[in-house]
Amino acid sequence: MIRSAKTELPESQRIVITGIGLTAPNGDSYSDFRHSLLEGRSGVSEYEIRYFGKTLAGICKFDVTRHQARKDARRGTRAGSIGIYCANEAIRDSGLDWANQDLSSVGVYVGVTEHGNVETENEVYELKGYDYDTSFWSHHHNPRTVANNPAGEIALNLKITGPHYTIGAACAAGNAGIIQGLQMLRLGECDVALSGGVSESIHTFGIFAGFASQGALATHTDPTKASRPFDTNRTGIVVAEGGCLYVLERLSDAKLRGAKIYGEIAGYAMNTDATDFVLPNPQRQAECMNLALSRAGLIAEQIDIVSTHATGTPSGDILECEALREVFGQSEKTFFNNGKSFIGHSMGAAGALELAGNLPAFDDGVCHATINVDDLDPACHLAGLVQNQPREIGGVRYILNNSFGMLGINSVVIIQRI
Amino acid sequence: MTPSDIRNVIIDILSDISPDSDLSALDDSVALREQLELDSMDFLDIVMELKKRYRVSIPEEDYKELASMDSTVAYLSQKMVNVGV
Repeated sequence: MIRSAKTELPESQRIVITGIGLTAPNGDSYSDFRHSLLEGRSGVSEYEIRYFGKTLAGICKFDVTRHQARKDARRGTRAGSIGIYCANEAIRDSGLDWANQDLSSVGVYVGVTEHGNVETENEVYELKGYDYDTSFWSHHHNPRTVANNPAGEIALNLKITGPHYTIGAACAAGNAGIIQGLQMLRLGECDVALSGGVSESIHTFGIFAGFASQGALATHTDPTKASRPFDTNRTGIVVAEGGCLYVLERLSDAKLRGAKIYGEIAGYAMNTDATDFVLPNPQRQAECMNLALSRAGLIAEQIDIVSTHATGTPSGDILECEALREVFGQSEKTFFNNGKSFIGHSMGAAGALELAGNLPAFDDGVCHATINVDDLDPACHLAGLVQNQPREIGGVRYILNNSFGMLGINSVVIIQRI
Repeated sequence: MTPSDIRNVIIDILSDISPDSDLSALDDSVALREQLELDSMDFLDIVMELKKRYRVSIPEEDYKELASMDSTVAYLSQKMVNVGV
């Protein structure tokens, strides 16, 4: 029997999205991002970084000074600036009466793939100019590189005195941030959760060099064609920066203030492959999706859209598709798409951003595409894969969002229209 | 460097540290902290920039000499007498 476990929970335990703030390489707002996805507009462009040289990247263009003083931007980190922009935009979007908000009841839970590499590389580079005399090492290094930095900068900017920390979860971090916020709301640790993920990864040469050494960095003569999950000629990952933070609240609180509700977190799951440092395990991925479905009281056939994690690596895409076929093989109504094909892989932000790219489907009934599929890899065949052009699929009630990462970390979030 | 040169150096460093501040109205006899939003990390920025740009080392016990523009220039005039512009 099909049922929804969520409706059996009291409204004080049901967690909803009431605000969204984001920056992506092809849009700095929820509506602009969605517009770019429906228009097939890539955010990938040529890029150059020290030591590594010329490459490709997804670069954000948001106005840092919109919500942050130049003095604070100089002192802080790029990840902090991304977080501050997203947090302010999300709060503004939520309609919360911030001036009268109890700021001790706000929690900040920011997913990150890594943090501190950018600042450490910068300092070592600077130090070279002083013959590695460490007395020239910046006093800003430690506050910039502590793991809670991006969340802490948001708290400083918005004078939030509730809990703040980051969730280190490789490329599953965007979902992990959302899940952490949900759990803290259910526990009563906060009344408002700023949750999601950020990434400043394009500012570290190490991530490009590391993926290149791994044979997993995308190349293409046309930057907009470089990120091409599921295509036979995919060559790897395009690194991107970005951020997406949600305002999460209990349904009871959201109703009380008459908030706009984007959707409810109907189910979630995280698990671990425990098999390899980098190679995914499709069985564990399938188990993670099934656990999220089970917690939501859903079966696979009820999911309208699956936002895939696929990054464009030769093996990773195939393995995820194996997992997807195992879970959704019998579903004739489920459609699949991919956000990274537009902007590249925004690491800690990816899960949160890709979900935001799909949420408008609750209103417009359109599944955005995965672009750059010129020659579908047969090993990546999915019956409902929406290739190259968006598709009108009618009423959308459930979206399942995959986000996986190195060291075998898997995360799944299911959002329900209410 | 002359006292005037040193003042220009400090103004240049302050404009980096506090880019939104109006430095044209600075009263040299009044504590910098009373006129600008500066904290201890900002003063360490001044110390570090002087070290990086001119190899001038300021020991911790002398940080108090950087309280105002006047005291800073007076202090640095001794240490930077042989430093070129």
